[in-house]
Amino acid sequence: METFVVHQGVAAPLLRANIDTDAIIPSREMKFVSKTGLAGGLFAGWRYLDAAARTPDPAFVLNQPEFAGTSILLVGANFGCGSSREHAVWALREYGIRAIVAPSFGAIFQSNCMRNGILPVVLAEAEVALLAQQVGPQPMTVDLQRQVVLSANGQAFRFEIAPAQREMLLEGLDPVALTLRLDAQITAFQTRDRAQRPWIYLAPAAPAPTAHSKTA
Amino acid sequence: MTMSNSLFDKLWQQHVVAELDAQSSLLHIDRVFLHERTGSIALQTLEQDGRAVRHPELAFCTMDHIVDTLPGRGDQTLMPGGTAFIQTTRDTAKRAGIRLFDVRDPLQGIVHVISPEQGIVLPGTTVVCPDSHTCTQGALGALAWGIGSSEAEHVLATQTLRVARPRSMRVNLEGALGAGVSAKDLMLWLIGRESASGAKGHAVEFAGAAVRALTVEARLTLCNLAVEFSAFTGMVAPDDVVFQYLAGRRFAPTGAQWEQALAHWRTLHSAPQARFDRELNLDVSAVEPMVTWGTSPEHALGISAAVPDPAQGRDDVSRKGMARALDYMGLQPGQRLQDLPIEAAFIGSCTNSRLSDLRAAAQVLRGRKVAAGVRAICVPGSMQVKRDAESEGLDRIFLDAGFEWRESGCSMCFYAGGESFGLRQRVISTTNRNFESRQGPQTRSHLASPVTVAASALAGRIADPRPLLGN
Repeated sequence: METFVVHQGVAAPLLRANIDTDAIIPSREMKFVSKTGLAGGLFAGWRYLDAAARTPDPAFVLNQPEFAGTSILLVGANFGCGSSREHAVWALREYGIRAIVAPSFGAIFQSNCMRNGILPVVLAEAEVALLAQQVGPQPMTVDLQRQVVLSANGQAFRFEIAPAQREMLLEGLDPVALTLRLDAQITAFQTRDRAQRPWIYLAPAAPAPTAHSKTA
Repeated sequence: MTMSNSLFDKLWQQHVVAELDAQSSLLHIDRVFLHERTGSIALQTLEQDGRAVRHPELAFCTMDHIVDTLPGRGDQTLMPGGTAFIQTTRDTAKRAGIRLFDVRDPLQGIVHVISPEQGIVLPGTTVVCPDSHTCTQGALGALAWGIGSSEAEHVLATQTLRVARPRSMRVNLEGALGAGVSAKDLMLWLIGRESASGAKGHAVEFAGAAVRALTVEARLTLCNLAVEFSAFTGMVAPDDVVFQYLAGRRFAPTGAQWEQALAHWRTLHSAPQARFDRELNLDVSAVEPMVTWGTSPEHALGISAAVPDPAQGRDDVSRKGMARALDYMGLQPGQRLQDLPIEAAFIGSCTNSRLSDLRAAAQVLRGRKVAAGVRAICVPGSMQVKRDAESEGLDRIFLDAGFEWRESGCSMCFYAGGESFGLRQRVISTTNRNFESRQGPQTRSHLASPVTVAASALAGRIADPRPLLGN
């Protein structure tokens, strides 16, 4: 998995509340069974005057010259709410986003970020607004080791993150591989649990499909 | 950990395999469900990584998001490229040995409709699916929540998930719902009142007399909208209503195991002294049929209200959001919601497509006709719901009124490039999201209950269902 330690880059403000994953990547832009090929569809409903022709809307922040190469987003509360589609995160990462600073995130979106090398940073709404006032040619720094965001003029904003998640990003650990190391504990849990809740553990061969007799 | 005494505490504690840090645990996952939209990529990646599915017998898969809902459907879809999602899902699910509810399976349906219908979700289980509305299934007293595709890979490979523990919240809903007011209205009212991030970071238990009085299907609607409230999940303590609902269902336990399960399930409720990080006490007696006016579920008002003025927003971000929503929806402050003409009406989705939803809508539609120029569509949530509805003649009522009567699936709850309602069309819908362009490019969605959608389809404008409900 991709690591995140310190990142410096252009930050762009998109201070709307409740930006949902349908807005981040509309369902119609998820065209293949793939984690790639999604950056073009990022914010497609807002970024283009004509999404099919990919005609950029000059009014949209990421299309403005001073925000070319944006890698940090400053956004409103509840960013990434709505659909669980991890495609939203894959599209952001492919576009070049490494960190997103928000007063809060949709929970599934926040977990998805961690799995794909994007750092979701939670700061107070007033702090995000302060940072947004300072965007410009000077880059912003997001430092996961020190758990601070540094604005262009050097102001530091400390953020919190769960230790396990911090370590996962700093080390670029693969959570599946980490968990597979706990195999003995998983097996022990299941042995104990099977005795207490045998009905949970269905027989390996699923029954063949036939019309269900009981009505709702 | 303090004493485990709330329903959520119990569900969490009973699934801890290992503690990871002060905030996170490795939880055992009892059931994982996949669908062709987001499950396909999880199964494909797992295969590419050479990882096996640890317990295929605890995994289930359905075709609901992309599959068409028109008669005679197959692998071909109106959504461009949709066939690849269906076939990849089928091929990978079969190779993994996962029970698949395929396109032509008589049990096919929307994941959150068929999981309870087939007794796959049970009280006290942990259930995940790469789908945000998995919280629906908390209605049976399960800890059920939506995850990403990478997390789905993790569950398939390990039968566990690394989870940061959410805070706990109880919403006590007292009083009785008025006539024509349903679980859908109740949740739109709650989210409108507390905001779309009102339960951010919390696992929410819905309790109180108004919740106890709900059927299982109504509780499913209630918990379905927990994610629109930004909750980690929603849940209701299981009771006899749930146990009776589950008895005899395909994947529910039988015989001695049923009795053993029942004894366990009866312990799954919050103790009188249970503590919550947050608690809300609300009386629901005055809740009206609700309808949304904007582009967030929190933009919800009683049916008799008028479109609000953004100047009344609680802060600058909210005022700007409201102004943007009015512009998108083509509305002016002060317009009466009931006067808004509609071009389409949709009944379906994991929120409101169960037999009781269709019965309620049919009660309004019986012997009446959809207004001229209104496109009206009903999509049952599962093929079982469809058969049950047809056996009591509901299909005739919908068809005679002028509704389309479809095969089951997610259908036009969201636009994936296939069917849509069209540019700036105003739609009243029993679905869960009124986001910009959710149901089609620039489509204007108004969320409401099945009876309100039915009444509006008849009137050709947003309408109060209560005058049509008789008695």
